[in-house]
Amino acid sequence: MPTSPSDTSAPYDLAVIGAGPAGLAAAVTAAELGLRCVLLDAGPRPGGQYYRHPAPGLGAAHPERLHHGWSAFTGLTGRLAASTVTHLTEHHVWTAERGEVWRLHATVGAGATGSAVVEAKAVLLATGAYERQLPFPGWTLPGVVTAGGAQAMLKAGLVLPGRRIVVAGSGPLLLAAASSLVSAGASVPAVVEAGNYLGYARGLGTLAANPAKLVEGVGHGATLLRGKVRLRRSSAVVEAHGTDRVTGVTVARLDAEWRPVPGTERRIDCDAVAVGHGLLPQIELATELGAETVLTADQTVALKVDEGLRTSLSGLWAAGETCGVGGADLAIAEGELAARVIAGAPVPAALRRRRDRRRAFAALMAAAHRPGPGWTDWLRPDTDVCRCEEVPVAAVREAVEELGATDPRTVKLLTRAGMGWCQGRMCGPAVACLSGSTELRPDSRPLSCPVPLAHLADGS
Amino acid sequence: MRRTPAELVGARPEPGHTIDFDGRPVPALPGQSIAAALWAEGILAWRTTRVNGRPRGAFCGIGACYDCLATVNGIASQRTCLLPAEPGTTVTTQEGHGRADLAV
Ligand code: FES
Repeated sequence: MPTSPSDTSAPYDLAVIGAGPAGLAAAVTAAELGLRCVLLDAGPRPGGQYYRHPAPGLGAAHPERLHHGWSAFTGLTGRLAASTVTHLTEHHVWTAERGEVWRLHATVGAGATGSAVVEAKAVLLATGAYERQLPFPGWTLPGVVTAGGAQAMLKAGLVLPGRRIVVAGSGPLLLAAASSLVSAGASVPAVVEAGNYLGYARGLGTLAANPAKLVEGVGHGATLLRGKVRLRRSSAVVEAHGTDRVTGVTVARLDAEWRPVPGTERRIDCDAVAVGHGLLPQIELATELGAETVLTADQTVALKVDEGLRTSLSGLWAAGETCGVGGADLAIAEGELAARVIAGAPVPAALRRRRDRRRAFAALMAAAHRPGPGWTDWLRPDTDVCRCEEVPVAAVREAVEELGATDPRTVKLLTRAGMGWCQGRMCGPAVACLSGSTELRPDSRPLSCPVPLAHLADGS
Repeated sequence: MRRTPAELVGARPEPGHTIDFDGRPVPALPGQSIAAALWAEGILAWRTTRVNGRPRGAFCGIGACYDCLATVNGIASQRTCLLPAEPGTTVTTQEGHGRADLAV
């Protein structure tokens, strides 16, 4: 497996962006089918966020204890090591140019000090997802972290944000996060889930067709039982308390629309909160080029793909969470499927069936955890919506109610919400909701990460 | 029930080192990010915000939120969840935009 760009100047047959489950499966499958393939990833090691694991220097003898399906990952990395795939680590692609061949511009290194341009005839976007956040009073206090972030810091750095951690939000990631936090020695007084798992009852056929998912759920359930974790359904953290760091939360029951029910508040002491409301596909490289999108069952924007996982742009494929969030098994199936289509190889019927079953399960899950419109009732006028620019709810409401903004873009221009460092990744869904926007559009970010000005000059 | 993340994965780390956080030595293990080394010491905040001077530390842990910014080896606004803690790394609490030296 080469780890630097090849010295021939010929473009690669295929560039895969992202070395998580989808990207790894795509790259090794494509190379095994004879394509000259390059795999670019922002991280120092393969795996993406899902298969994040401790750095070698930490000497972890049993990284699999932090994971589900670790053998699928070692299978993929074994094939990667034996393959002709060129794996470029710490290469963060910040823009893609279309032409005769694709030109991918990347920053290089953890500090993004270097730069590189990679050319390929086809591109597969496997950039995964990041977490959706809904603000609540106190969510900017130190000790309030994202559920995925708590997982990531645990998996990569073997650290916890505290000893007693409330896990809150919505979606299956919460159970996975709580289960790993408990295994790693934290106490988790409650998992606070805003959705209602009864939603799954509507899809019993889909559940029965995905036994592996049930086993995974039962596994988390057993760990949580042993850790004496209480699951509170139809509930939310409506406030985090503390001055310089979190010391507790208030939890309330929610009605079917996610409005807090007065009088149901309970206080729980904790020294950290891990919070998240599902995942958002990370698709800006494609949407900047005009790729078409679809709305998924949990109101996130994903890339529109055909049955061969082609996007609406010729030469651009997508796999895994970029086509709608659905987990690692689905991502692996889609990576393999897309690579076969790109290589002109047949797609086995069993692979297509596996992919379709997992997609159906993902849609069921997404619908069960879709945020209800009443969540905005737990906000206060002084709650920061935008963490970077410290824009409070009152400013966003003023832009909408008094200044006449009717869409997130106008709110952004009037308030600076979403104009700071993270470019709206944390506040985007909340701002869209508060602006009452029914029009769905992907966030617009011309660059997918901060780029030193010198690289922009070089790249032009 | 296992008690620490390191025990959970049976970690036998290579020898550790220290980084400097606002003049105080903080232990770090090889391969840990700066943010991870700070969390391991129970430090959750290493920045104050530009508008309201509020404390912040790591939030997303994966480079997406920019809450974990600090001045690292004299360079302002570095994402500490992505940067490795190396022997001798100096981390300074960042106030505001971290450009006080430029008076902007
Ligand atoms: S914690 Fe979010 S960017 Fe570092």
